[in-house]
Amino acid sequence: MSGNTFIAMDPARLARHRRRKAVNAVALTLSLAAMAFGLFWLFWILFETIRLGIGGLNLDTFTQMTPPPQAERGGLANAIFGSLVMVGLATAIGTPIGVLAGIYLGEYGQKTLLGSATRFINDILLSAPSIVIGLFIYSVVVANVKSFSAIAGILALSLIVIPVVIRTTENMLTLIPNSLREAAYALGTPKWRVIMTITLKAARAGVITGVLLALARIAGETAPLLFTALSNQFWTSNLGAPMASLPVTIFKFAMSPYENWQKLAWAGVFLITIGVLALNILARVFFRNKH
Amino acid sequence: MQRSDPLGRPPAARRSAPWADTVFSVLAHGAAIVTLLLLAGIIVSLLVGAAPAIKEYGLSFLWTSEWDPVQDKYGGLVMIYGTLMTSLIALVIAVPVSFGIALFLTELSPGWLRRPLGIAVELLAAVPSIVYGMWGLLVFSPVLSTYVQQPLQALFANVPVLKTLVSGAPVGIGILSAGIILAIMIIPFIASVMRDVFDVTPAMLKESSYALGSTTWEVVFKVVLPYTKTGVIGGIMLGLGRALGETMAVTFVIGNFNQLNSLSLFEAANSISSALANEFAEAGEGLHQASLIYLGLVLFFITFVVLSLSRLLLSQLKKGEGTRT
Repeated sequence: MSGNTFIAMDPARLARHRRRKAVNAVALTLSLAAMAFGLFWLFWILFETIRLGIGGLNLDTFTQMTPPPQAERGGLANAIFGSLVMVGLATAIGTPIGVLAGIYLGEYGQKTLLGSATRFINDILLSAPSIVIGLFIYSVVVANVKSFSAIAGILALSLIVIPVVIRTTENMLTLIPNSLREAAYALGTPKWRVIMTITLKAARAGVITGVLLALARIAGETAPLLFTALSNQFWTSNLGAPMASLPVTIFKFAMSPYENWQKLAWAGVFLITIGVLALNILARVFFRNKH
Repeated sequence: MQRSDPLGRPPAARRSAPWADTVFSVLAHGAAIVTLLLLAGIIVSLLVGAAPAIKEYGLSFLWTSEWDPVQDKYGGLVMIYGTLMTSLIALVIAVPVSFGIALFLTELSPGWLRRPLGIAVELLAAVPSIVYGMWGLLVFSPVLSTYVQQPLQALFANVPVLKTLVSGAPVGIGILSAGIILAIMIIPFIASVMRDVFDVTPAMLKESSYALGSTTWEVVFKVVLPYTKTGVIGGIMLGLGRALGETMAVTFVIGNFNQLNSLSLFEAANSISSALANEFAEAGEGLHQASLIYLGLVLFFITFVVLSLSRLLLSQLKKGEGTRT
């Protein structure tokens, strides 16, 4: 035992111990700093968005059309309407396809070649550059019809919805315990009924969360709309014509030197940020309550 | 459903739609095939759209820097350089910070803070890129110019190599600001993957190391990191894939300047995605449009490779998870 005390008191060991402690302290401090660094940007961005956004917000924002440069009044009514229409329809198109493909991955093709290929491709589509989706829809739709249109924008957005919904649907279905399926099969239920009334129902909260997250994702997407839906200065509900949307309008207005346009751009950014964060938080709360 | 049933036929209602099973299965298979076709469709449409430019320039497009719509001559080097350089800067900043955040969330943070902090980081990922762009242009770039670029220029005024890196007008717009904004955008992606894979490390391994007297840093650096390195690299690749393809945040702050005059990080430049965002809708049909689509094809190819690598690395980790319990 006396030998141990001797080793512990050895100056070289003590020095090494101190150095290891010091390295640890430095590393942990840097880690704390990194966390602070990450939060710092979040708060800075939110703070400026709220400060400048509320300043540009008034009743006109919701009732007036997008104005010409340096006009007295003006709002974002047509852009808000366009965004709601396109985001809504894109979700309506993308969700069923995404859910069905997710069902395929979760219930039919867990181990098949088609299953693993789809899973792999889907993961890539999930992070693929959205501007390339815009290019794709441009060459398939816009170039053939020879006109920019809201329909093209909706299709581009729905292609972004699909991978998000597939991912969450599959994830949720794999969480459902197999005994649940087996119990249903044992009663002689056909597969489609097992899926529709047992597994999909059990995974419902997760699937809805995925749809909400997809909504949040496309609500702020700008790149795929730039050369599909383009933009429109006026109110339109014609899906065959170019349609304004909040993100594209913000892009145009923020890059301009006109003060009234920049103010409206901040108001738009504020609306989008609040909407997207609200959807995200809603998705989380919803998911948490059900699980 | 073939079965011998001594009690007679099953109730009619259950058999009401014998075709339903087939229809449903076909629908599900169809949806999966649609997803596969989507990728094929994207590649084919890009190839067809870019064909005139590919025929005209071949691969030399990749290392020609001249981009001149007036004379109808195109080369993609400036944009490709801009895309790669901004993503590189983003990684250099984002990787250590994300590692720090993941370390904090898994080892340091008190339990009650872990969830709210994790959510805060994920919200940073949810903020639309156009918000980053506008904030970057109108709020961040003036700050960067005054407090970072001008002091750096003064500091490096006489240092040979660094001097060229910081030359140019310090207006806060250019490769450096685009890189920084991209870094802020991809930190949440990389950090949350790192946190998730760090959590996968068996507690037994960590506890053994602690029991031998390791410090927290030693446990993370010598036990957790080696155990999860494929996952960590997969997460970094995922962030890189995001950074390469990001459009709006970059378009606002990169300056959209199609020439490469110096290697300065303060110089306005262009990236593939911003060139597409700015020029495509106005580009006339013909070589200009084809060249832009060619750029899009290059971008898709690069991100495809990076994301595939990321996926392979991450799935390898998942497989390993099953075998080592």
